[in-house]
Amino acid sequence: MNHWIIAPVVLPAMVAPLIAYVMRHDIVLQRTASLLGAVLLTAVATGLFVLSADGSVHVYRLGDWPAPFGIVLVLDRLSALLILLTSVLGLIVLIHSVASGWDTRGRHFHALMQFQLMGICGAFLTGDAFNLFVLFEILLIASYGLTIHSGGKARLQSGLQYVIMNLAGSTLFLIALGTLYATTGTLNIADLSVKVREIPVEDAALVRVAAMLLMIVFAVKAALFPVQFWLPGTYANAPAPVAALFAIMTKVGAYAILRMHTIVFGPDAAAIGTLSQDWLMPAALITIAIGAFGVMGARRLMPLIAFAVLSSTGTLMLAVSAFTPYSAQAALYYLLHSTFAAAALFLFADLLLAKRRTGDLLKVAPATVQNGLLASLFFAGAIGIAGMPPLSGFLGKLLVLDALRVSDYTWLVWTVVLAGSLLTIVGFVRAGSLLFWKSTSADLAGPIEPEPEDEAPPVTKLGPLVVAPTMIMLAMLGLLTVFAGPVSRHMEATAGQLFDPSAYIGAVLEDQPDTKDLSAHGEAH
Amino acid sequence: MELIVATSLGGLTAAGIYLVLRLRAFPVILGLTLLSYAVNVFVFATGRLTVGLPPVLNDDASAYTDPLPQALVLTAIVISFGMTAVLVLISLGAFLEAGDDRVNIKDETTGESDA
Repeated sequence: MNHWIIAPVVLPAMVAPLIAYVMRHDIVLQRTASLLGAVLLTAVATGLFVLSADGSVHVYRLGDWPAPFGIVLVLDRLSALLILLTSVLGLIVLIHSVASGWDTRGRHFHALMQFQLMGICGAFLTGDAFNLFVLFEILLIASYGLTIHSGGKARLQSGLQYVIMNLAGSTLFLIALGTLYATTGTLNIADLSVKVREIPVEDAALVRVAAMLLMIVFAVKAALFPVQFWLPGTYANAPAPVAALFAIMTKVGAYAILRMHTIVFGPDAAAIGTLSQDWLMPAALITIAIGAFGVMGARRLMPLIAFAVLSSTGTLMLAVSAFTPYSAQAALYYLLHSTFAAAALFLFADLLLAKRRTGDLLKVAPATVQNGLLASLFFAGAIGIAGMPPLSGFLGKLLVLDALRVSDYTWLVWTVVLAGSLLTIVGFVRAGSLLFWKSTSADLAGPIEPEPEDEAPPVTKLGPLVVAPTMIMLAMLGLLTVFAGPVSRHMEATAGQLFDPSAYIGAVLEDQPDTKDLSAHGEAH
Repeated sequence: MELIVATSLGGLTAAGIYLVLRLRAFPVILGLTLLSYAVNVFVFATGRLTVGLPPVLNDDASAYTDPLPQALVLTAIVISFGMTAVLVLISLGAFLEAGDDRVNIKDETTGESDA
């Protein structure tokens, strides 16, 4: 048993209280510990990624109890990939929040950040449905603290909505788990997979209810129609680095659907059939449409980006909803892309808002310092999220469209995705020209900008360390494009493993030589 | 007994949902608390309803009740309790900042409510 598997959960769980209790008065110590923790996490995640790259499934049994009685962590290609993504994203966001000083605008930023990473990594690793609920709560409670970090009226009010929405979601999660336990008698994901397949079609009503309840819960996390309405408000009002980290939060929902609705409620389970697909696809299409219209209608920059994120989540879930290995491959490639693109845009927004007097309202204002630099960062980010060549969004959307070519609704799916992309491009073009082009010629467009400047615009330039995280995020998109071949081949292998759950189930349930012997208890009684 | 448990669960859930939809911080907190009560009893009942049976191994016992939902519900109670505390604090913060305990937000640029 490889003890490194639990390290992505234990490491941040140790660092966070250390920061919160021992180092709470010294921001330099906090920053050092937090960055060190994130670097170590990235190193561990890289090691686990290499470990799982050969296609083997590694199981970590807590307390050596045999599955399905004990809790297991399962490391396969998918979980290793997502942990690596989380740790890299977390590290870059941390560097940004240290460089921009966001971590000093409230208390306990670094501790909450570490707990957030712990919850996300744990959710990706766990092989137990109830444990998934617990880790969801950990990542949520940290995210509650982070969304209202540094306070303010709008932030607290939207934070309150976010908390209420997710508490209602958690209640549904428990109802779903209860229903699932009542019908199958287990909550271990591998065991569930076996048990659900044993349920005859005529007794399937309750387990279908459980499957759909779970899908609603995960849809809340992934911000899918009709439970998407918390996302624009929360992301637009959260501190920008936190919003950048939250780019991975919608992916937790996508991951959970990808995991539970293939291994447990897959199309091959007679009791479920195409139920998940039938509901997920229309929901994803409507989400894309809402996101695209939101981008067109947004009057401020942060909601504009938030709606673009919503649209890209819709595209991701659309690829997931086909439930074929090829579509899962496309979904995973697009998942990587959309995480980095969204994070890059939020980090960029933070850079711009620090230099603009007029906040994030999309209107003509005097040019900021380094207008050219900020404009090119926005340009690259917008190209990324809208899915234009040459960045990876184009390849991702191409893969998604290609994967959905075989379904009966190709015409509808292609129309929605392409029209959504067009609207997103138009929305970003409008925002970009208002923010940058018209701003440089603000004196020519005199009547449009009526209010006089009461203070001189800030002349301090952005240091290289402040701009670097945004550039690294954009560089990730470039790397995804350049190495699209190897990356998508790895995604193909990952998707293949996901749709052949026998190795997963075998590793968890059958191959357990060194676990505690439970048969002795059975004989005594 | 099934009837009593089922009707009280239904009553708690209905009251909880009604209160959550009031869109004022205090009723919403009460509503979510009622919902979490309902869900805790529900999880407890998923191990089937039995009376007077032990959950742990015992030489004299002829039958057992399922111990797992009891462990699950313990975790769920702790989590929902902690979450309620966080919710109370955040809604207090929002109330003090905004001077208003409405959950839906007014859009300042137009004055319309967009929640």
